[in-house]
Amino acid sequence: MTRLRSLAVPVVVLVVLALVPKLTVDIPYVFQGSIDTPGTLQLLALCLVFGGVAMTYDLLFGYTGLLSFGHALYFAVGVYLVAVSLTRWHWSFAEGVLFSVAVGAALAVVLGVVSLRVGGIAFAMVTLAFAQAGSILALKNPFGWTGGEEGLGTDYTRLPAAFVGIFNTKNLYWLALGYAALVFVVVRWAVGSSPGHVWQAIRENELRVQVLGLRPHGYKLLSFVLASTLATLGGVVYVLLLGGATPDVTGANFTLTLLIMVVIGGTGTKWGALVGGVLYTWANQRLGDASSSHAVSSLPSVLRTPLGQPLFVLGVLFILVVFFLPGGIARSGRLRSALSGISTKRTEAPAVPVER
Amino acid sequence: MTTFVLLTITGVGLGALYFLIASGLSLIYGLMGVLNFAHGAFLTVGAFGMWFVESKLGGLSVLPRFLVASLAGLVVGGVFAALVELFLIRPLYRRHIEQVLVTVGLGLATVALVTAVWGNDARPVAYPGWLSRASTVAGAHVPNVSYLLIVVALLVLASLTLFLKYTRYGLIIRAGVENRAMVTALGIDVRKAFTLVFAIGGTAAALAGVLGNVYFTTADPNRGTSLLIFAFIVVVIGGLGSLRGTAVASVVVGLVQQFANYYASSGLGDLSVVLLLGLVLLARPRGLSGSFA
Repeated sequence: MTRLRSLAVPVVVLVVLALVPKLTVDIPYVFQGSIDTPGTLQLLALCLVFGGVAMTYDLLFGYTGLLSFGHALYFAVGVYLVAVSLTRWHWSFAEGVLFSVAVGAALAVVLGVVSLRVGGIAFAMVTLAFAQAGSILALKNPFGWTGGEEGLGTDYTRLPAAFVGIFNTKNLYWLALGYAALVFVVVRWAVGSSPGHVWQAIRENELRVQVLGLRPHGYKLLSFVLASTLATLGGVVYVLLLGGATPDVTGANFTLTLLIMVVIGGTGTKWGALVGGVLYTWANQRLGDASSSHAVSSLPSVLRTPLGQPLFVLGVLFILVVFFLPGGIARSGRLRSALSGISTKRTEAPAVPVER
Repeated sequence: MTTFVLLTITGVGLGALYFLIASGLSLIYGLMGVLNFAHGAFLTVGAFGMWFVESKLGGLSVLPRFLVASLAGLVVGGVFAALVELFLIRPLYRRHIEQVLVTVGLGLATVALVTAVWGNDARPVAYPGWLSRASTVAGAHVPNVSYLLIVVALLVLASLTLFLKYTRYGLIIRAGVENRAMVTALGIDVRKAFTLVFAIGGTAAALAGVLGNVYFTTADPNRGTSLLIFAFIVVVIGGLGSLRGTAVASVVVGLVQQFANYYASSGLGDLSVVLLLGLVLLARPRGLSGSFA
């Protein structure tokens, strides 16, 4: 019975979301224009893609306890390799997608083996450094493939006809929804499987997992490769949606954005990362629109200037969430226990030093 | 030979700039276990504090204007960092992940605020003409700003070392890096040292911001973020918490970057620094030096 119920909610959510392009409702302030307009559908699709990518980051950070600062690299592999293989190498769409995902997975295996040799802050720094290398490659453009700071548009004649043109935005929306649903299903299945239980044990206490006779390295690598490959797939959907690659998806700031989404939504929860990713993307877009709206431009400049920068508003909001909503939105029901000083996060070594 | 001299001195100069940022990062991490993502924001605040004061002092001649504005930038950066520690880091005492998250949010929000107020474009900065000229050393024309960077970084290194070695608070900080729990158990309030370390680190980062204004001739809101990544690399290579290791690593990274950018192609210098970090971490996961200065 509970199993049926836990299935029912996601299915209902999926069906409702799938029907969205058929709606002609106008929700003032939330969206600009009616829901079935291409602009709104594009924004919703973007929300779903980032919601999906946030879930892959949650798999690493929320479920396995790996604080990576290089997740943007795998997303960028999907974005850039599809654009480069279609536009520069004139491959077919299917070849480009398969190649990108294969490269994303292979890169995750190689870099995962290397960076998982170290833990904690050092792991964060190594992943940051690898992602930075990718970012430099995209920006400096040594082979003339990536278009440097300008970015690179995809050759739309090589895309499937159903994904081209403003009229087909609803198909892109369904593609993004399919991606988010796929990630949701895979992540739920993975964290419920037996390696998934080991991931959560590693997050809580890696030493204890070792003492129990398991080798954390292989399990961490599995989580890393799965999360990275799914992120690459997200990059593929993103490049279809946006019609091109820009270097801002390669940078460290993009990974920090994913971290913010996951923390706002709630780490290691069923819906947290998805909700965080969707809300963040929506807020980022709508705050940008709102800054040029009449309501904001009539405010005094002390308020207007900061409100015109979505990143300022979101950064402050994020700090407030860390202080006052430590479990994120998904755990906001447990707010009271959090306020009374009980923290579920690990703390440092006991105050009295232990003899070794 | 002249190229070699030029690249060496400018490389050490670049390393000096990295050291000013990385020394604070390293001390903060060593003492408090906080990887401070807001450190780039301290740099930006210092740089724009200097630019702002300078733009308000139109009546003065260049040198006093530059000096007053630089001092103002340092004070603003240091005070900002101390306030951040008091109001944002301290309430989350012992919750390291949350502390890091707060610095992430603060770093993004501060840069966004500076961009909102003064725009995304780099602002030109006035400084004495001597700094934009070059002096000849062994046939090489080395920009004077490189000497300034090296001298300032050496002064900072020397005074930090003396401070840590011969003052009471320096002793508390050194002991705290070694074993914070023990220092607390001996009845010493380490939290004052936390604020102090943030203020010192913030002032050093602001100094990097002010000198960065001279080095790059403009104040740029996004510079802090891009320099911060290299400062992180320096800190990790040098061994977190070690001042001497940080100093050595800054020079190595500056030199590698400068030489590779010149002899290979531009951009390869940045890549080789990343490669260097990977190699060092795989060979010695604790960095070049595990000990404290």
